[in-house]
Amino acid sequence: MRVTFTVNGRPQEADDVWEGESLLYVLRERMGLPGSKNACEQGECGSCTVRLDGVPVCSCLVAAGQVQGRRVDTVEGLAGEDGELSAIQQAFVDAGAVQCGFCTPGLLVAADELLEHNPSPSDGDIREALSGNLCRCTGYEKILDAVRLAAARTGQGV
Amino acid sequence: MKPFAYRRADDVAAAVALLSQDRHAVFLGGGTNLVDHLRLGVATPDTLVDVSRLPLDRIEELPGGGLRVGATVRNSDLAADPLVRQRYPVLSQALLSGASGQLRNAATTAGNLLQRTRCVYFQDVTTACNKRDPGSGCSALGGYQRYHAILGASPECTATHPSDMAVAMAALDAVVQVVGPDGERAVPIGDFHRLPGDRPHHDTVLGHGDLVTAVDLPPLPETVRSRYRKVRDRASYAFALVSVAAALDVRDGVVADVRIALGGVAHKPWRASLAEQELRGAPATEDSFRRAAEAELAAAQPVDGNAFKVPLARNTLVATLRELTGGTPR
Repeated sequence: MRVTFTVNGRPQEADDVWEGESLLYVLRERMGLPGSKNACEQGECGSCTVRLDGVPVCSCLVAAGQVQGRRVDTVEGLAGEDGELSAIQQAFVDAGAVQCGFCTPGLLVAADELLEHNPSPSDGDIREALSGNLCRCTGYEKILDAVRLAAARTGQGV
Repeated sequence: MKPFAYRRADDVAAAVALLSQDRHAVFLGGGTNLVDHLRLGVATPDTLVDVSRLPLDRIEELPGGGLRVGATVRNSDLAADPLVRQRYPVLSQALLSGASGQLRNAATTAGNLLQRTRCVYFQDVTTACNKRDPGSGCSALGGYQRYHAILGASPECTATHPSDMAVAMAALDAVVQVVGPDGERAVPIGDFHRLPGDRPHHDTVLGHGDLVTAVDLPPLPETVRSRYRKVRDRASYAFALVSVAAALDVRDGVVADVRIALGGVAHKPWRASLAEQELRGAPATEDSFRRAAEAELAAAQPVDGNAFKVPLARNTLVATLRELTGGTPR
């Protein structure tokens, strides 16, 4: 089947998609967007988090046909055209929130969405918003630091 | 993964017709459970009929103060709806206690009701499971039973229903609206999910081609307070070991009305009718709450792996009712 949808603001189409493919597979293997990671493929780890019509979902659990005509935003869309990192990306770098990096894209997408609708989240808000994203390296503390840092910088208009 | 066809239904009648034509077709909602099962080999349909875009995504007021929740309303949207938060806090709390943000953003109301058990043997196609493969046996008997039933189980199946939302809806006396090959019908939620008996492969009373279109929430008197309390192995993003949905109406220190449902204890959301009976007309005190919980759990049949659930359910129910009375009763 053919699937047409918008990815990071650009119309995209994929031909000969097998019905059993997930959105994650289409992004990674057909559209050359490997930022979203394939880990558990069960919706438990959040490594494949993308925004579908604006809200974060696990792209591994979205059947390819379900995205027809919809809007998808991936981690590749966070940085500016010139490669300048977004606030949350820069905060992850500055806070040392990245170790092996495998969970990072999913966390960035989830954290970016959190700060978009809740610019000053409490620690509880951050923990709950990121509870669907597993990290096995950091122990999460640096990730929480990064989200707090991004929130503080954005609040100061930086 | 077994190959399958993908069809998108434009309206309810077309969706029901597409399924009726094909014994091995299934409906696809948000996909958070079914897409996983396709990959695991737990579900092996020939055709997916995508119903997630049917025009059933609204929450509407019903005459008399109730709400009609469309089948494709997302769990996150239902939890955040101002009328739900105001009139049915127990439902909003239950939804927010389930899964993760990513999953709640994708999961639908009907899909949540119809999600399958998370019994590890059901999800592992290399093991025997009467629910997945009728007649093959139950690997949970004598196996890992921490998440399994203490009420209403059968020798064929001890699985539990995993939903939080459905437990709240059971306490609220919700009514499930269904359209099927033979027309429309309304199913009280207490009759919607089944106990396993000797047919554990049927989770609900729905037949092939039946489509859930909405869930109706009856009005609650303004004096009713409601709450959902969930006990799990970690603070977030885990299924319930035990949960309690309760709606309590206390007048002059006496229980005028009460509805209670328990999660994590049975093959369906467990309406605690015996506890309710014990409580109606009784003083709203800790003693009454404890007697009611003990009345409900007298029939519990735990095994070694889940014996802890009996005192846990009792204490969680008492604590929830105590919270609803706004303090520590004498």
